[in-house]
Amino acid sequence: MTLAGPRGEGRSARGERDRVFRSSLLALRSSPLLLTPLLFLAVFYAWPLGAILARSLAPEGGLDLGPGLAVLGRASTWSVIGFTLWQAALSTIATVLVGLPGAYLIGRYDFPGKRWLRALSGVPFVLPTLVVGAGFSALLGDRGVVNQALMSWFGLEAPPVQVLGSLSAIVLGHVFYNTTLIIRLVGDAWARLDPRPLAAARTLGASPIRAFVEVTLPLLAPSLSMATLLVFTFDVASFGVILILGGPRFATLETEIYRQAMNLFNLPSAAVLTLIQLVLTLGLALAYNGLASAAARRGLNTGATGARPRPRPVRGPMAWAALGFTLIVVIGLMGAPLLALVGRSLIGSEGLSLAAYAELFVNRRASAFYVAPFQALLNSLGIAGVTALIALALGLPAAYVISRPGRAARMLDAALLLPLGTSAVSLGLGYLLAFSRAPVAWRSEPWLLPVAHALIAFPFTVRSLVPAWQGVRARLRQAAAVLGANPWAVVREIDLPLISRAVIVAGAFAFAISLGEFGATALLTRPEFPTLPVAIFNYLGQPGALNYGQALAMSTILMLVCALAIVVIEGLEPEDADV
Amino acid sequence: MKRTLLIGLTLALAACAPAAPAATPTADGPRTLRVMTHDSFALSEDVLAAFEAEHNVTVSVLQSGDAGSLVNKAILSGETPLADVLYGVDNAFLSRALQNEIFEAYTPIALTGVPGEFQLDPNHRAIPVDYGDVCLNYDKAFFVERGLSLPQTLDDLLKPELSGLLVVENPATSSPGLAFLLATIAQYGEDGYLDYWAGLRANDVKIVDDWSTAYYTEFSGSSGQGPRPLVVSYASSPPAEVIFADPRPADAPTASVVEPGTCFRQIEFVGILTGTPNRDLAEAWVDFMLGPQVQQDLALQMFVFPVVPDTPLPADFERYAQIPAEPATLPPDQIAANREGWIEAWTDVVLR
Repeated sequence: MTLAGPRGEGRSARGERDRVFRSSLLALRSSPLLLTPLLFLAVFYAWPLGAILARSLAPEGGLDLGPGLAVLGRASTWSVIGFTLWQAALSTIATVLVGLPGAYLIGRYDFPGKRWLRALSGVPFVLPTLVVGAGFSALLGDRGVVNQALMSWFGLEAPPVQVLGSLSAIVLGHVFYNTTLIIRLVGDAWARLDPRPLAAARTLGASPIRAFVEVTLPLLAPSLSMATLLVFTFDVASFGVILILGGPRFATLETEIYRQAMNLFNLPSAAVLTLIQLVLTLGLALAYNGLASAAARRGLNTGATGARPRPRPVRGPMAWAALGFTLIVVIGLMGAPLLALVGRSLIGSEGLSLAAYAELFVNRRASAFYVAPFQALLNSLGIAGVTALIALALGLPAAYVISRPGRAARMLDAALLLPLGTSAVSLGLGYLLAFSRAPVAWRSEPWLLPVAHALIAFPFTVRSLVPAWQGVRARLRQAAAVLGANPWAVVREIDLPLISRAVIVAGAFAFAISLGEFGATALLTRPEFPTLPVAIFNYLGQPGALNYGQALAMSTILMLVCALAIVVIEGLEPEDADV
Repeated sequence: MKRTLLIGLTLALAACAPAAPAATPTADGPRTLRVMTHDSFALSEDVLAAFEAEHNVTVSVLQSGDAGSLVNKAILSGETPLADVLYGVDNAFLSRALQNEIFEAYTPIALTGVPGEFQLDPNHRAIPVDYGDVCLNYDKAFFVERGLSLPQTLDDLLKPELSGLLVVENPATSSPGLAFLLATIAQYGEDGYLDYWAGLRANDVKIVDDWSTAYYTEFSGSSGQGPRPLVVSYASSPPAEVIFADPRPADAPTASVVEPGTCFRQIEFVGILTGTPNRDLAEAWVDFMLGPQVQQDLALQMFVFPVVPDTPLPADFERYAQIPAEPATLPPDQIAANREGWIEAWTDVVLR
């Protein structure tokens, strides 16, 4: 391992000109690479969205904004927009604060069970909200574990903990879901941080806090701001958490779009609200773009150009505090509701029983449309696998382009936020309209499902791949090129081996996102191809102890499979692929 | 890297294995009939197999969400229908379907035997198949233990002793929730229902967004063991509590209130989608839905009641399902014209 720093970069005006020239050349050369992801976004995002907006706002061909804009005249619309931003801001701040110690821990230290901790922290992210809602109510509901224990210990008449159905529950739900994003994305960047500036600051007498604020934080800023924006985008577009943990008293843009489109079939209003949400997301994307280019100007967005520090064993008060806090978060906040759910799945009418699990293999009604839960599991795994492949096929070239300096790269990076912040309802209805006629009569094709999942997973795979590709030092490529390798051979022999770990992590991300995805799945019109979350939803929609038990048993299985999939896939990673 | 690819490929193959049936018919192979329906659709294997064999057809089922999303998707698909036939639109959404002309008219012979109260479309574009009643369900044990008397009318729900005991679904997002709102409108009229709901709110009614949360998270009579003993559900939920239990309880833990005017009747319809290239098969499917095999199969598969009179019901249904003699109803046209306004006004009074 050689130590090579940024000192080799030319700092003269001529060097700067050269750099700009080279980067625009690179952007030109990489334009074919951009084609696949851009085409994908155009066909599976922009076109369907345009189709539904056109149909809603210009049903007779001429644009008629009147009916849609009426929705803006209502005070309730503005309070919905206000609340959407307010809850998203609160949730994001809480998520970042809860996740940072974990990111520090994962990025800087090595300890037994680290891989498991990392994997487990990802489980909530992939669970359908219906399952999570059941878990939270089993834990914190009026007759949940916590309230029952408190009532019996202190002899209380009424359940003391009343969290569910409040803003706190919404924030709690978002923290539960999204903390892993901070832990992973920021943790990964932290692991790649050049340790020398920090060491230099400490040597020069800076206190640990000052060194953190003035050195580490600015170096982390690009990844931290992107992770924060991802979380914020997620919170803005949140649907299930608002409905199930918040309850019907709360309305966000996304729930309001659903209500207008699906319940009231007021497409013009839904379209205007969709546009508002899109503008919000666009604003976020531009904000990110601004942040990224500012960071690029300060020369900070490649915090990875140095040696990668080897993670140390946990030692010292900071490390122990971070470990303790993260354990509390992962076990107490993320684990407890899920464990409460697992507990419920094991309780039959007469104490502990596996009846619900045994029932999974019984087609009690001899129904033709019965899908064995095992088959649903296979469907889920298959779809998740294809999703991961599509997301990687798109993410690799996109991340390559984004990892090069330049405007085009930053614009693409920002554009990837848009699908995440777009109403799934509108997009789902758009698929119906756009893919209705030959040669693109695809709307009930089974492969549309992994495609829709890949659209959601795409930004995450890109986010996982970009830092890795930035970390591949230009010199290695140049050396290979000098020795006669063509550009493709350089990518194959130098880049791919160096980023293989990130490829695996990105694939795992996409895989897990697909496993738990329910929203888009429910909105597509699908043939007999139910995934595990759909099967769980169907069981929860019918009365009867066995149906409820099976839903809980399948939720437990989904959690285990997610955790295992993540552990197995991340277990494949080579210990340290960096040179 | 190679190992990852291998795993990816294996998974991709796994995904392809249970591939959907081919949509294009071969010269002598079976044709395909596409049935668009809601997520609760189910039929017995042998019943469906008999239909497929008789007509040399493969039935492809497209599940499309709840009754409301089902109709919306059919409307948006317009001239190129997603399927040949649509089953599952109910009386709350019937007018939306008819106004948008998604159905072609067809009069099956069996329709003559169906009582007039179910035939809401005189032009026979939407054919009634089954019905179910949305009723208050109660936790029997709770009412016995507390010595409370059961509500007999909607007015009874305003009594102070029933304060904090009822959970209802949001009519904006839930089909039984909408049905219960319609029952209160049928009872108190457009001028009175909001006052009634203000009274329910004062009596600490709990509103949740979907049936699953109401039934499993809030209702004390279900396995979810929630805190509230009264829930808006279906008259067929009590038999389901017996059928889907192992070991079977001697008696159902829950029952329905079926007093006059407290339940709302939902009727489900089937229709041939406008522009289908398989009109003959679609007609056969409509006949099939009204035929004795499906009519007998409905109760245990979908927990609804057949519209053809004198269809035998399973024993558990005879014993535990109560059919209200005088359910509340509203004309579909009136529902269609006012649904959104009613829900908006309700939202302002009850939720805001």
